[in-house]
Amino acid sequence: MIEMKNVSKWYGTFQVLKNCTTRVDKGEVVVVCGPSGSGKSTLIKTVNALEPFQQGEITVEGISVGAPATDLPKLRSRIGMVFQNFELFPHMKVVDNINLAQIKVLNRPADAAREKSMALLKRVGLDAHADKHPGQLSGGQQQRVAIARALAMDPIAMLFDEPTSALDPEMINEVLDVMTELAKEGMTMMVVTHEMGFASRVAHRVVFMDAGEIVEDAKKEDFFGKPRSERAQHFLSKILHH
Amino acid sequence: MDFSFLSLPAFSGGGIYLDWVISGIKWTLLVSSLAWIIAFTVGSVLGVLRTAPVAWLRVPATIYVEIFRNVPVLVQMFIWYFVAPEIVPQVAGDWLKTKMPMPEFWNAVLCLGFYTASRVAEQVRSGIQSMPKGQTNAGLAMGLTLPQTYRYVLLPMAYRIVIPPMTTEFLSIFKNSSIALTIGVLELTAQARQISEYTFRTFEIFTIATIVYALITLTITFSMRWLENKTRVPGYIGGAGK
Repeated sequence: MIEMKNVSKWYGTFQVLKNCTTRVDKGEVVVVCGPSGSGKSTLIKTVNALEPFQQGEITVEGISVGAPATDLPKLRSRIGMVFQNFELFPHMKVVDNINLAQIKVLNRPADAAREKSMALLKRVGLDAHADKHPGQLSGGQQQRVAIARALAMDPIAMLFDEPTSALDPEMINEVLDVMTELAKEGMTMMVVTHEMGFASRVAHRVVFMDAGEIVEDAKKEDFFGKPRSERAQHFLSKILHH
Repeated sequence: MDFSFLSLPAFSGGGIYLDWVISGIKWTLLVSSLAWIIAFTVGSVLGVLRTAPVAWLRVPATIYVEIFRNVPVLVQMFIWYFVAPEIVPQVAGDWLKTKMPMPEFWNAVLCLGFYTASRVAEQVRSGIQSMPKGQTNAGLAMGLTLPQTYRYVLLPMAYRIVIPPMTTEFLSIFKNSSIALTIGVLELTAQARQISEYTFRTFEIFTIATIVYALITLTITFSMRWLENKTRVPGYIGGAGK
């Protein structure tokens, strides 16, 4: 469903992505991990063209992301994205956050959008908070709203960019639970995260990045069993300590 | 202090000196209000353009701002009134010099409006730029176009954030309107000067002018504070930060 071929990206002369090649098949959950500054977030943002890239090709269901003729808003509306800092719109009520793109992008009638939003809020356990503003919710609750907001567009795939990194520890699980459930339902997911427990339970494949390169791209069992690269072993030994 | 001169018959116009004061207040309010409508509209457009991702929109807006905010407003007043009719095509120049209704008034409105627009533009730009990049990304990622992202995501928060500095600009336009007297608009300061020349009650009439200006600006200050409270986002704690 998502295919990346030899993707390279530079900021000025600094190369942040080096010849990255990977794929996410329909119904697959791929976890992208690696040390800070390894290019994970940049990589995931190239999938829906929030970050442009200079070389290589990315296709989503056969549609080229980098081609100038591609209708980007349309392409993006089919891919859900969840951000590290939630990025709910603070001036809108929770339910209006979820309604917005349904109405403005998909042209759903307002009452149909609201019905959908309320159903999704119920699903993430927050229907009682529909009329609050994001600032009145905890971080974990905000991130669950953000997931509901992305799901409201009936996406064909979901991108998660460090969805739990900005959360207090006690709120991480409530978000991971929602993501785990999504994965079980067969949602195609690309997840940048440091949560190795989540990766080992939910992921089908793990992509390990370092210094802009995809160092390892392996089945979950292989990655956690016997990572081939020294860098991945080193990373895992540091992160799996506790 | 003796304010009895206010009820004396005025030197010209058939009324009493109080009528001159009232007429001055009327022109001050008219010049300032109309100029503010121009300033807010033009300034908002320029402020948005200043943040545009493409240079051909950004550069002209930047040039405008740098010219209009770096030339003293008094000089601009003279340029609009004395210079502009000489440098535009002759047909237009003749119209400006002989046929334009209330030329002093309209030139003052345009001058103050376009000058203050450059300052409003900077406030709007700073408001937009104070929003985290993630907000734009979140808007785009759900399939909104960039103009839609401005309309529904960035501007509603940006305007809220800049209400305090915008209040300052709104006050400035009322105070700067006194400069219109240099091209012959009989606004409050001009009337005060005129009355002082005819009655020698300089101290009294400028006390009145001072109080009137203070009342106008205090009214604005309190209205803007009301607006700020009215539009406050529940649970949102200042500075967009991050």
